[in-house]
Amino acid sequence: MPGHFYILVSLALFFIGTTGVLMRRNALFVLMSVELQLAAGSLALVAFSRGLGDQRGHVVAFFVMALAAAEAAIGLAIVVSIYRVNRKIDLATIDELRN
Amino acid sequence: MLSQLRFIPLLPLLGAAYLILFGRRHSKRVIHTVATVAVFASCVISLDAFFFGLPQVVREGGIIDAVFPWFAGGDLAVDFTLRMDALSGLLCLVVTFIGTLIHVYSVGYMAHEKDYARFFAYLNLFCGAMLMLVLGDTLPVVFIGWEGVGLASYLLIGFWYQENANASAGKKAFITNRIGDFGFLIGMFLLFRATGTVNIPDILDAAKTGSALTAPLWLGQSVAFWAGLFLFVGAAGKSAQIPLYVWLPDAMAGPTPVSALIHAATMVTAGVYLVARMSAVYMLAPAALAIVAIVGALTAVFAAIIGFAQNDFKKVLAYSTVSQLGFMFVGVGTANFAAGIFHLFTHAFFKAGLFLCAGSVMHAMGGSGDITRMGGLAKRLPWTTRVFQVCWLAISGVPLFSGFFSKDAILDGAFATEVYGHGLAWVGPLVGGLLLLAALGTAFYMSRLYFLVFTGPCRADEHVQQHIHESPASMVFPLVVLAVGAVLAGLAAIPPAIRELFGKHGESTLATWLAPAVGEPMEIAHSAEWRVMGISTVVALVGIGLAYAFYGGGYRQPAHAFVQKMPGFVALARDKFRIDELYAKVLLRPFRLFCNIVFQLVDRILIDKILIGGWTFLADILGRVFRFFQSGDIQRYLAAFAIGAAVVVWIAARPTLPDDVRVKVEGRTVKVDMVDPDASRGALRYSFDFDGDGTPDRSGPTPSATWIYGGVDHHEVTITIEDSRWHTRRILTRTFDLR
Repeated sequence: MPGHFYILVSLALFFIGTTGVLMRRNALFVLMSVELQLAAGSLALVAFSRGLGDQRGHVVAFFVMALAAAEAAIGLAIVVSIYRVNRKIDLATIDELRN
Repeated sequence: MLSQLRFIPLLPLLGAAYLILFGRRHSKRVIHTVATVAVFASCVISLDAFFFGLPQVVREGGIIDAVFPWFAGGDLAVDFTLRMDALSGLLCLVVTFIGTLIHVYSVGYMAHEKDYARFFAYLNLFCGAMLMLVLGDTLPVVFIGWEGVGLASYLLIGFWYQENANASAGKKAFITNRIGDFGFLIGMFLLFRATGTVNIPDILDAAKTGSALTAPLWLGQSVAFWAGLFLFVGAAGKSAQIPLYVWLPDAMAGPTPVSALIHAATMVTAGVYLVARMSAVYMLAPAALAIVAIVGALTAVFAAIIGFAQNDFKKVLAYSTVSQLGFMFVGVGTANFAAGIFHLFTHAFFKAGLFLCAGSVMHAMGGSGDITRMGGLAKRLPWTTRVFQVCWLAISGVPLFSGFFSKDAILDGAFATEVYGHGLAWVGPLVGGLLLLAALGTAFYMSRLYFLVFTGPCRADEHVQQHIHESPASMVFPLVVLAVGAVLAGLAAIPPAIRELFGKHGESTLATWLAPAVGEPMEIAHSAEWRVMGISTVVALVGIGLAYAFYGGGYRQPAHAFVQKMPGFVALARDKFRIDELYAKVLLRPFRLFCNIVFQLVDRILIDKILIGGWTFLADILGRVFRFFQSGDIQRYLAAFAIGAAVVVWIAARPTLPDDVRVKVEGRTVKVDMVDPDASRGALRYSFDFDGDGTPDRSGPTPSATWIYGGVDHHEVTITIEDSRWHTRRILTRTFDLR
């Protein structure tokens, strides 16, 4: 498989993730889309790392995984507490900081 | 002990500090003991220094105590140095001696006062500051003392601050003095600029030897003239001369011992002291001396006239003080410095005595000073009356009393002075004549005061009359001492003409003694002295006789007739010629108007509306604009973030500009050559548009191109660097001329 194929997949993943983050109204889906973006980043890192024969990309990919786990934990906790207050997690209706 | 001059001002200052901090805890006995002992101790030190230390060194400039170098910067070095020479030593004695007496007097006078510690603390503060003023060897040290006495004066005038009038009188004194202080500072700065020093002895040396002070400054007048004039503005403020005298009569709002000590005997003479201290500078500027003398003479006459019509015991004495200070300024203004200081010395005794008598009388009369409600007190207050008689004869200039000698010395000098030169020779006789008038007035209003208060029937209410009593011993003792002083102080300077009768030659003791500090005394023909003595004796007796005719034993027919004949004049004099009202109209009202305009324009409009209002308006508008973006919708923020990130990436992805672009022209051939490290990667494409038609003439991956032009002219080449991977580009142009 040619090396730029991985990059193309990574790009596709990132665009899907970005679209999800910007368009989905449900906070859970937004969180999942953020995970997609992070996965895209990790994939690009690993792909370049392998293509250039440099192990540092792999190392950073592990960091990204740890970061993604932490982000998911905190993000979900926030979503849950928002749900407790608002009884819904529709981002369009959560605008307490407006104006 | 000799070089320890520092303790003279320090002890009263320490006393003041202690009483302010801890005075409330102590009984009245402790309070007045601390205060009086502090001043008395510095009196003892002063006496010791003056009589045992000073005589040996008086020709070498006196006793010096360099306490510490105060501050230095650039050419300016100010030392905190004290010096006792003949002049400052004499003043020092007056201040500490009369200060001690007045502390003793206050023990009785203020016995019923609640705020006892505060009063004595302020008195001590005054003494300390005054001693610093007198002993200061550099102008800044003198200035601290100068300001310190002003502060103490302000605090003591407004001592009974619960009454609004007293507080305003304090403020008036302070503000009027500030005007004078401004003059003092300008004078000091001028002297520093001309001589490069603020040490008084150095300035005086410069005045005696160098030409630094005679150089013209403004309006063709010398530095010495302007410095002398500005210092005199300060002196006029402190010593209550026209036009700054208005504060002193109001200053009588303070307790009577304060009036005696500060506003009669010591502080108000600081201006005279200053002029005498800077005598060498004034000697270079006869015109400045003439101004001093004329202002002094006019003040002497003017204040005496106001004194005719005042009905408050202390007000009469206050205007008398203003008038006598005028005498002193004529003394120093005619370069007869020793005479001016002599009058300062004698005046301190008899005027302090008069004020303390006033206090004793008011004490007996239940606090009222209205002389129209007095009379016949001689029988009830025997000691006070005797002291008042002595001081009254002394100030009126009756022969053999101290005031006679000192006033005479001033008059002699005024008629005989030759300091002014030809253009101003008229000044001497003029001020001499004015002073004779003022002396007549002095004898008249002081005698009026005596006759109205002490002779004839008593005009007070029954109730008040029953309570008239002689004052306690602590008040009578200082009175008697001052009366003795008022008689004997004249011995310090018996005029040469009288000395001759006793087989002694040369100048008077005091004049000889002061010579190292203020210059050699004037040579005056003895015949002239006798003539002046005769005239002034006649003047004094006429004044007293006239007053007897008007007021002997109470108001008499001529007094009523005079008031009926010239009601306008009498009312005007009683209203102090309405100078306060004039100042209010001419100075205060325009000043208030000006302040109001500035307040409205600067404060209200510029600061409030434009500077502060402008920023709030800007913040308000910006807030309204930015609020629009603050939707609270996180996804909109993220979208903006994504767009921003894309823009940043796009900018970062543009090709970098080449390091160097060289254009080589040879005839009509132009070669463009660029140094671009990125060219070797092969992703960049370079296009060159030489003829300016918008389409590339040369293009390729190499960063150079050649073109041959058809004609000579001003040309421009447009270079486009394009990155084929990102489709980004940079465009640059170069211009050149073909010949």
